[in-house]
Amino acid sequence: MEHYLEFKSITKTFPGVRALDKVSFTVKSSSIHGLVGENGAGKSTLLHTLSGALIPNEGKIIINGKAMKFSSTKDALDAGIAVIYQELNLVPEMTVAENLMIGNFPNHSGLVDHKKLRKQAEKQIKRLMEEFNPDTKVKNLSIAQKQMIEIGKALMQDAQIIAFDEPTSSLSDREIKHLFTIIEQLKAEGRAIIYVSHRMEEIFKICDTCTVFRDGKHIETFTDMEKVSHDLLVKKMVGRELNDVYGYESRPAGEVIFSVKNLQGPGVNKPISLKLKAGEVIGIFGLVGAGRTELFKLIYGLEELEKGEIEVQGEKLAIKNPHYSIKNKICLLPEDRKEEGIIGIRSVSENINVSSRRHTLKFNFFLDKDAERKIADKFINELAIKTPSREQLTGNLSGGNQQKVILSRWLSEDIDIFLMDEPTRGIDVGAKYEIYKIMYQLAASGKGIIFISSDLPEVMGVADRIIVMRTGEIVGSLSREAATEEKILSMALPVN
Amino acid sequence: MNNSATTQSKIKYLYNNYSIIFIFVIMFILLSIFVPYFFTWRNMLGLALSVVTIGIIANTMMFALGSGDFDLSVSSTVAFSGITAAVVINATGSVILGIVSGILAGGFVGLINGYSIAKLGLNALITTLATQMIFRGMAFILSNGRAVGISKAGFFKLGNSMIFGIPTPIWILIISFIIFGILLNNTVFGKNTLAIGGNTKAAELAGINVNITKIIIFTAQGFMAGFAGVILASRMTSGQPNAAQGLELDVISACVLGGVSLNGGIATISGVIVGVLIMGMISNALNLLNVATFYQYVVRGAVLLIAIYLDILKQRNQ
Repeated sequence: MEHYLEFKSITKTFPGVRALDKVSFTVKSSSIHGLVGENGAGKSTLLHTLSGALIPNEGKIIINGKAMKFSSTKDALDAGIAVIYQELNLVPEMTVAENLMIGNFPNHSGLVDHKKLRKQAEKQIKRLMEEFNPDTKVKNLSIAQKQMIEIGKALMQDAQIIAFDEPTSSLSDREIKHLFTIIEQLKAEGRAIIYVSHRMEEIFKICDTCTVFRDGKHIETFTDMEKVSHDLLVKKMVGRELNDVYGYESRPAGEVIFSVKNLQGPGVNKPISLKLKAGEVIGIFGLVGAGRTELFKLIYGLEELEKGEIEVQGEKLAIKNPHYSIKNKICLLPEDRKEEGIIGIRSVSENINVSSRRHTLKFNFFLDKDAERKIADKFINELAIKTPSREQLTGNLSGGNQQKVILSRWLSEDIDIFLMDEPTRGIDVGAKYEIYKIMYQLAASGKGIIFISSDLPEVMGVADRIIVMRTGEIVGSLSREAATEEKILSMALPVN
Repeated sequence: MNNSATTQSKIKYLYNNYSIIFIFVIMFILLSIFVPYFFTWRNMLGLALSVVTIGIIANTMMFALGSGDFDLSVSSTVAFSGITAAVVINATGSVILGIVSGILAGGFVGLINGYSIAKLGLNALITTLATQMIFRGMAFILSNGRAVGISKAGFFKLGNSMIFGIPTPIWILIISFIIFGILLNNTVFGKNTLAIGGNTKAAELAGINVNITKIIIFTAQGFMAGFAGVILASRMTSGQPNAAQGLELDVISACVLGGVSLNGGIATISGVIVGVLIMGMISNALNLLNVATFYQYVVRGAVLLIAIYLDILKQRNQ
């Protein structure tokens, strides 16, 4: 194995933040190199410098002994680098074949050679061990299939360096297995693979070497994964010992503050009833498509109820929209933070105050900007939101910090019932721990929390009570003590 | 260390948000030096009067663009409400009734726009293009295709009187800038508008009533266009069915020049004021230099292109 790719003292600064601080390490060909670190540790920024999307302030990227200078993503592509991001860059209205060949359609003086296009695409699809028709429009594919097309695109360019940014975050187990087979195959072909993931078990499963980042700095590169333990890796990432990832704290539960009875609506097929007590944390587990998000949407007033009742503090509500739900002390932390949670081009302060500013108005009409600044600063401090200032655009923060901004939005409101949809998805270990802590504190102060998670250990580690959903209905409810992985899974899996 | 960092970021913030004002000041100084008669009281008043219609409507266009939508119907609204005012005054003999019905006519157009876009979920561009055609047609129908002369001289005071030596329409423009500036910066409505433009889905989930906000924005836009139409009719002493053609693009240009994002979510009143003034200043200077109207179109288009390019450069810097 040779040193194929070398990062040499890469530094990248943004206003107020040193995102990468003299990062140096090497990646070998025919190997899978894991990158781990908390959100904001610099992994994504590093990938951006590799893909040419960002130009480092200092330092060099050396490929095969040659120092490269990328001033655009095209330069990086030409140098044989492909970065496959979480957000896929495909044209949804075009076919699989067209997407695969975008940028270099086979043609005769400008006229596309459809036959050849189809043939080459078919070859590539076979190589990826997929079974879809090259004429299918990409918008009709699953996320996993779209990802395969991204890989296919990289292979079309014969990329020697392929970087994956959290590729498994929205894949099922079966799809992940398939992805790993492909990645192993790419490695066997002599390519250098960079693999970014928050999931430790994946890093141990497929990576040959692993580099840890923290606060924009290169902490350590482990070349022998056999000698690294899970705990050591996490310790390096967060810079302290983490004994229990979930840090569960038990607390007494109070009266029932929220209940739904026989709820039914789009995506919720059978009537659903549940009760939430003050101080209780309920975890909802289920596979993708089990109707969990749909249930939240019904409760929050984003979809119209077909049947059923919702009660807060014993009072029946006629929920019609989120505005009404918030007034009645229900809030939602959406699953897709970027699309549905934050307003990326507005400041942290505005994102925090967007709802609660109604409480601080002067003469019931004019904003009290002083009060808003104070509220923003208070929560930036209390939740330790990493941002250069309250005026920073929220889109520039890392995922964990964006989630804290959304949490602040509701903490500054008068909310009793927190609906959290995948509250820690795509968030690193350290920030996850902080979010759990906030959840426990909220519960301890008498609030009720219902959260959805696809991460089974998380559901078992955080919830007081676990509700299992399958194909639009509740199929079981277990206390924390009674829950085992087998029990939960056997309920969640579809019955054939 | 921390302090100097915040001052630095403050300066950068100022530069990023107010660069158009520096450009305006420099342009103003250069024109004052090099264009004869430009920097005279008479010409300044003329310049201000020439941007009254664009300026009044730019206030609400700022909200429409800020929320991520367009309104192309304003030009026809101006004509329609001017005609309505003229017809009502001639029919009833009441100036007040004429003014009120002209403004209400504008609000009516806006309400149709808002309702169609927010409640029926129609595309804003197409909806307002349609109402633009409809109400241009209504203006022609109401007036039989001819200018409607107004018989009551009292009506002309609105557009042609002076208060403290400054024409009344200019006062109206200034007051409208102040009101809408406060609405944008200091009220929930203004902040919600920008939140909707920044991310509609997130705004909805954060409890903002997106539909109602949009209806208010478009209705307000209609009212202001109606108001501008009535003032214009007063200044011209008649309702003109083909008044203000192409005005919507001038208004949008002024807003974009002022840094309002066409994607929504970003807008400042200072930018819009400066954008309006730059548009007026360019026409004014070209007139003073006796440049033919045909060339003025070219110059204004070029200025708009440059402004958008500067905006992109700024965004890349961020």
